[in-house]
Amino acid sequence: MAMSKEWKTENEDGSITVRTSAWSPPGDHPVGYGMKLTVKGGKLIKVEGDEEHPISQGRLCVRNLTLADYVHHPSRILTPMKRKLEDRGKNKWTKISWDEAWDIIVPKIKEFKEKHGAESIIVFGGTGRQACIYYYPLGFASIGTPNVCYPLSGWSCYGPRCSITDYVLGAGYPEIDYAGFYEDRYDDPRFTLPELIVEWGKNALYSNPDGFFGHALIDMMKRGTKMIHIDPRITWLGTRCEEVCQLRPGTDSALGLGFLNVIINEELYDKDFVENWTYGFDELKERVQEYSPEKVAGITWVPADQIRRCARRMATAKPCSIQWGLATDENPNGVQMGHAILSLMAITGNLDVPGGVTIGPPAALLGKWRVETRRNLSEELWEKRIGAAEWPALSTAMATTHPDETLDTLESGKPYKLRMGWFNSSNFITPTCSAQPDRWYHALKSLEFNVVQDIFMTPTAMAFGDIFLPVSTFAEQDGVVVTHFGRNAVTLGPINEALRVGDTKSDIEVCIELGKKLHPDMWDYKDVPDFFTQQLEPELGVNFDKLREMGVFQPKYIYKKYEKGLLRGDGEPGFNTVTGMVELSSTLFEAWGDDALPYFKEPPYSPISTPELFKEYPLILTTGARKVTSFHSEHRQIAVLREIDPDPEVELHPSTAKTLGINHGDWVLLENMFGKAKLRAKVTPTIHPKVVHATHGWWFPEKDAEEPSLFGVWQSNINTLVPHKHIGKLGFGCPMKQMICKASRLDSFDSYNIEV
Amino acid sequence: MSEKETKNGLLIHYQWCTGCHACEVAIKKILNLPVGKHGIKMLEHGPWEVTPGKFEWDYLPVPTQLVGSNPELAPGEDVKFAVKHCNAKCMEYGPLDELAKKAAELGNRVAIFTV
Ligand code: SF4
Ligand code: SF4
Repeated sequence: MAMSKEWKTENEDGSITVRTSAWSPPGDHPVGYGMKLTVKGGKLIKVEGDEEHPISQGRLCVRNLTLADYVHHPSRILTPMKRKLEDRGKNKWTKISWDEAWDIIVPKIKEFKEKHGAESIIVFGGTGRQACIYYYPLGFASIGTPNVCYPLSGWSCYGPRCSITDYVLGAGYPEIDYAGFYEDRYDDPRFTLPELIVEWGKNALYSNPDGFFGHALIDMMKRGTKMIHIDPRITWLGTRCEEVCQLRPGTDSALGLGFLNVIINEELYDKDFVENWTYGFDELKERVQEYSPEKVAGITWVPADQIRRCARRMATAKPCSIQWGLATDENPNGVQMGHAILSLMAITGNLDVPGGVTIGPPAALLGKWRVETRRNLSEELWEKRIGAAEWPALSTAMATTHPDETLDTLESGKPYKLRMGWFNSSNFITPTCSAQPDRWYHALKSLEFNVVQDIFMTPTAMAFGDIFLPVSTFAEQDGVVVTHFGRNAVTLGPINEALRVGDTKSDIEVCIELGKKLHPDMWDYKDVPDFFTQQLEPELGVNFDKLREMGVFQPKYIYKKYEKGLLRGDGEPGFNTVTGMVELSSTLFEAWGDDALPYFKEPPYSPISTPELFKEYPLILTTGARKVTSFHSEHRQIAVLREIDPDPEVELHPSTAKTLGINHGDWVLLENMFGKAKLRAKVTPTIHPKVVHATHGWWFPEKDAEEPSLFGVWQSNINTLVPHKHIGKLGFGCPMKQMICKASRLDSFDSYNIEV
Repeated sequence: MSEKETKNGLLIHYQWCTGCHACEVAIKKILNLPVGKHGIKMLEHGPWEVTPGKFEWDYLPVPTQLVGSNPELAPGEDVKFAVKHCNAKCMEYGPLDELAKKAAELGNRVAIFTV
């Protein structure tokens, strides 16, 4: 059923209802939930799901249900502001107009470029919000710097998985086939229901990862799909699964190799696929001999018979789909983990088949323009990108700087001094996308001029902003939302402006406005709808207005593209890799100095790699599992959501809590050799006695805004316990989910103050 | 409420309730309720270990006496608003006798509330 053509209707009471597709801000991933927003007198008076939307079908998450609380929040920043350099860290802002803001920003950029070169300017981007598409062109084409930085150590979110897929499969992002390409979804005859889904290092229900509508898992389980969860914690989802492999955090690649051992040695793999479409099977076969289920059980804590049972199930369930999570990225051994998982998908014959794992084409939908904005930079300038030469495996697939090298550069002034920062929707001194945010905090103080683009005053903005530019929410802008940021475009939806509160601008509006002032040749667009029309028409044959009328665009999916010559630029069958095959043995990993085959490496700090330290810090720390009530550091000021999740939380096993004298609800101090954080104890039997889990993203909008408090950002900052530059050989991954720590009871939150 | 309306119920197939809070927040919004008050409150039971490695862990949204408290809404409109937003599609609003039949078909982990 197509959606109705009408996207904007006037109601009897004079209110207007606008159909839109949700993205961010307020943050979520690019699911593009179908929504109807009703506006009257400049206020959102009703927010609801759109039943016609083929994926969300009227459903909404709590972050979208509270959209009006966010849009109309009294502490939202609604006009540009400036602050004197000496007042950084103080709440001494002056409201200004956009023109005044540009009159300060534009000459500054020109001055830095002239005196120190464009590379002295750096753009920082956050995660998951719309900005993560636009911060690249903002840097390359509006400002003209090669230095665009996603600051998370080892680029540990999504980027590693995309890069690994690019190198091993030569394709876009692999995702469960959830019939998202079809209007009538699961009933479409082209679709086959997965018999088994393996959810690995992920809990899609609460994270809607990268645009996958998480509750599609429930839709499919109700129809008969069975699941296996691979996770250090038994989650609610785990209680609805056939099996839970409760592994030791960070040992995933060993587990993957153990599964491969069983499938290969018991000859359960898809012989036809392996013979015709893979490269390096014999080498992989030899490698997995080092990973018998018994040995892997010792490493991972997953019993050998369970490893065998799950491996057999994965190989014989038809079709079987695997969904890999952020745990793949947040692991210095993650490239190997990802390689092992892709190998499992491939040799079980589940790649690019109905109900298996769908793969996007090698080039991202609407990605062409993003890549092309780089032509604004000369070769010479492009080569100055920080860390690019040292880390080719990262810089080949990612257009950013190397995050860890960037911190080193800020601290050392080498190879050159960074002078101006532009923080685009990135609040990374809170425990979100940086390791050791306290180190970043000190290092960032050396920047001479900073622009912050955000919705609310954040700890990062309070610490560093000289100019604050207010961003509009997705309810207040025209745009496009595409799942997986275009790398596996299941749906593409229009974002339609329903209202505008205050004097705010969207990311793309800022790009265009600033771009026209500095590099007008790069920004030949009349306005935002014209910009999107120029993106959409060549690739999809629809203009922006047509997309608004369609409500959602579901690109046609073709299975077994590798048989039909649809993955390679030359039109030949096969995969878009060096060998033209799925590279079970990777040509590129080897060329870049790593092992061509997957292997297991102990986490940098663990009972095995640092036994002495483990005596002092006898708990394994894993972080970052998502709550439905927030998107990373967002939403802490939304009262209805805070009512549900008021505090940062640490999960402890009852036996561990008892030994430590900690009761459910107590404040707990977690600490290790790098940092400290206070969190409230949640005592639960679903976590292993040797493991604790801590939530991330915490700051306290209700606490003192000024330095040194910065909204209490150092009090529950779990990322201070995660070290800088403990990354994999290829430059990817960091130990966000496999550190060590100790825990002790606090009398109260205020009984202990953390300073950095 | 009239006789007829009291015969409606809310069925929850809590085998699938993921604890996403959407029903709770949706009804709070349509009833204009502040922090601390609920039209539906989602409760959590468990997790506790039944046998080693096997857990009892359920979420169960419970309607409160504030259902029907917004005079501007038609009867049942608030509950329907919650049901529509349920991410697991594990809620159903309708005549009690029909829901009872449905419950029998669905098997375990089903609750019916009168609303
Ligand atoms: S950290 Fe998770 S939620 Fe955030 S952008 Fe990455 S995958 Fe998405
Ligand atoms: S909306 Fe549905 S899945 Fe979510 S808590 Fe309510 S009943 Fe459960």
